[in-house]
Amino acid sequence: MELLSGGDMLVRALQDEGVDLIFGYPGGSALHIYDAIFRQKGIKHVLVRHEQGATHAADGYSRSTGKVGVVLVTSGPGATNAITGIATAYMDSIPMVVISGQVPSDKIGEDAFQETDMVGCSRPIVKHSFLVKNAEEIPEVVKKAFYIASTGRPGPVVIDIPKDVTNPADRFPYRYPEKLRMRSYTPAGKGHSGQIRKAIALLLSAKRPVIYAGGGVVQGEGAGLLTELAKRLNYPVTNTLMGLGAYPGSDKRFLGMLGMHGTFEANTAMHHADVILAVGARFDDRVTNTPNKFCPGAKIIHIDVDPASISKTIVADIPIVGTVQSVLSEMLEMLKSSEEQPDQSAIVDWWRQIDDWRERHGIYTAPRYRTDGAMIMPQEVIRAVYDITEGDAFVTSDVGQHQMFAAQYYLFDKPRRWINSGGLGTMGFGLPAALGVKIAHPDKDVVCVTGEGSIQMCIQELSTATQYHLPVKILCLNNQALGMVKQWQEMQYEGRLSNSVYEESLPDFVKLAEAYGHLGVKIERREELHDKLHEAFAIKDRTVFIDVYVDPSEHVYPMQVMPNGSMRDMWLSKTERT
Amino acid sequence: MRRIISVLMENEPGALSRVVGLFSQRGYNIESLTVAPTEDATLSRLTMVTIGDDHKIEQVTKNLNKLIDVVKLVDLTEGSHIERELLLVKVRASGAQRDEVKRSVDIFRGQIVDVTSNMYTVQVAGTGEKLDAFLQALGEHTIMEVVRSGVSGIARGEKVLSV
Repeated sequence: MELLSGGDMLVRALQDEGVDLIFGYPGGSALHIYDAIFRQKGIKHVLVRHEQGATHAADGYSRSTGKVGVVLVTSGPGATNAITGIATAYMDSIPMVVISGQVPSDKIGEDAFQETDMVGCSRPIVKHSFLVKNAEEIPEVVKKAFYIASTGRPGPVVIDIPKDVTNPADRFPYRYPEKLRMRSYTPAGKGHSGQIRKAIALLLSAKRPVIYAGGGVVQGEGAGLLTELAKRLNYPVTNTLMGLGAYPGSDKRFLGMLGMHGTFEANTAMHHADVILAVGARFDDRVTNTPNKFCPGAKIIHIDVDPASISKTIVADIPIVGTVQSVLSEMLEMLKSSEEQPDQSAIVDWWRQIDDWRERHGIYTAPRYRTDGAMIMPQEVIRAVYDITEGDAFVTSDVGQHQMFAAQYYLFDKPRRWINSGGLGTMGFGLPAALGVKIAHPDKDVVCVTGEGSIQMCIQELSTATQYHLPVKILCLNNQALGMVKQWQEMQYEGRLSNSVYEESLPDFVKLAEAYGHLGVKIERREELHDKLHEAFAIKDRTVFIDVYVDPSEHVYPMQVMPNGSMRDMWLSKTERT
Repeated sequence: MRRIISVLMENEPGALSRVVGLFSQRGYNIESLTVAPTEDATLSRLTMVTIGDDHKIEQVTKNLNKLIDVVKLVDLTEGSHIERELLLVKVRASGAQRDEVKRSVDIFRGQIVDVTSNMYTVQVAGTGEKLDAFLQALGEHTIMEVVRSGVSGIARGEKVLSV
């Protein structure tokens, strides 16, 4: 058997696992591993500018491909800098393996230089973690880490490796395990057929059904099946922020996103529904508003791979634990062989009601923002980009108003095209995530929708874009304030803008982009918006920073009324309430 | 409601901290916790007493099951079960008190496991309630130090928690 050092073993194990890309940043405790990377060819390593950027880039790569994202960092600050990105991946159930160097085994616990208890620090935000005790464990630990990260409800896994374990002087026999057996981990597979049968009966009896689909449908590769099911039944579909693209956004059965900034028709339809089919969604507080006022007349079918997600905040009438794929395909088979049909006249009435809601306040039936002013409205920027990219771009986003405008106004027809930090709400996610997406999809348009606040949280990754020639578009909806914070302060704090404005301290983003070797475009006047966007998007071989000055007074609507509101209680504009 | 949850988990470093971390992270409370390896050295058995309504306990068990180290678990309070806790107590006992304390120990079927001219160390096993009653019977003025093990439990009958 071949003899390898721990460092070489790790790299070989990653190759044997099919890894061809790592995002990382070297440092003392990881140097043996970095040397092993230098001496091989199969894996490309992307050097980021901050470990947070590495985790978000790996995350974007994973979300856009379905593969496991891989991160390599050093001990101490390298590891703690990765924490935000690990938590981001954890909240959105993204498969990721994070390898962190650790101080040598005999120094652990002595407050050694760059020592931090990474297994302890990351414990609440990982699916699992390993502290490798000796080199012989490495192949099995790697195998387990990828298996755990990518199966069941996916999530990040940390492998912490003390420096002595990767010492090039100590060699051990290497064999990558072909199979794994873990008695303590058996991810859910097929759903219970009896439950699925009951669910079908309830679905077919519905008079006011809504299909509520979340990120689990995207992650679980269930978008095709969900679309088939909804079309077959002719039932309306709403997606969560994480689920956008799980059902085609441009299809007439799509009601738009639901929740805090969901559409009027989606939230109102949910509130009045008699049967809700929740698929791969977790009844997040940004969806349900006040739980005891949530959808009072609805019976709930809940499909999820994670039993702990079921009946956590909202009690399910028919819980089904299983993968979205297996449960949806079993449902479709049962539907096809069933003689029962949906109540057509009830469904026609339901659609009539929904169309009436759309007509009254829907954001897709008429612009619900000012179209005659001199200022550029953020919504029309997103619509313009949607048109220019023909709805086929990969769109990453940061967190805030721009994120909600992108979610509302860019209609995603395919899964894995909308890439945002939904659960943790991590500002700084967008740019590094876009770089991860671009590496995986070099021929596609990749747009990072951001704001002048978020972009500054990981702006150093502009340098990574230069080094690896990753031509993405950065679309900065610049409203010269932390827009969402400001919106809340205007709505709930009588307009006291506590620390949400910069007082003339914003950098010149055009010059900043140019300093990194990119192109910068500034758009300030409404009449130049379309032409300048077209010009910017025509450039395919450079990273372009498009700094669009938008109306700083604009709010995101609809917005659910809080606290104590139900799904249907919404602000529709600054003055209009349901 | 008080529940006794018995967990069989991998005897790995870090496993216990994941269980305890889960409880603090999700705001569940732990009344008592005992843990030790089983006859199979790769497995540990952990017994935990917690308090919560049915919804909370369901979440507790689901989230425990989600931990990769947890192999199996059972809520012992769902069925007929035996629970035991061990109490060690140092009791001041001199003169006439000595007989009185000894009588209480006999009544509660405890044993005196150490003795000096001024005190007894008493061992009592039983349910938590029984141990509470024994301590009450001793009267506060005689108690010097109390150590309780926390609850261990096992199901009655042929039902077993094993791999």
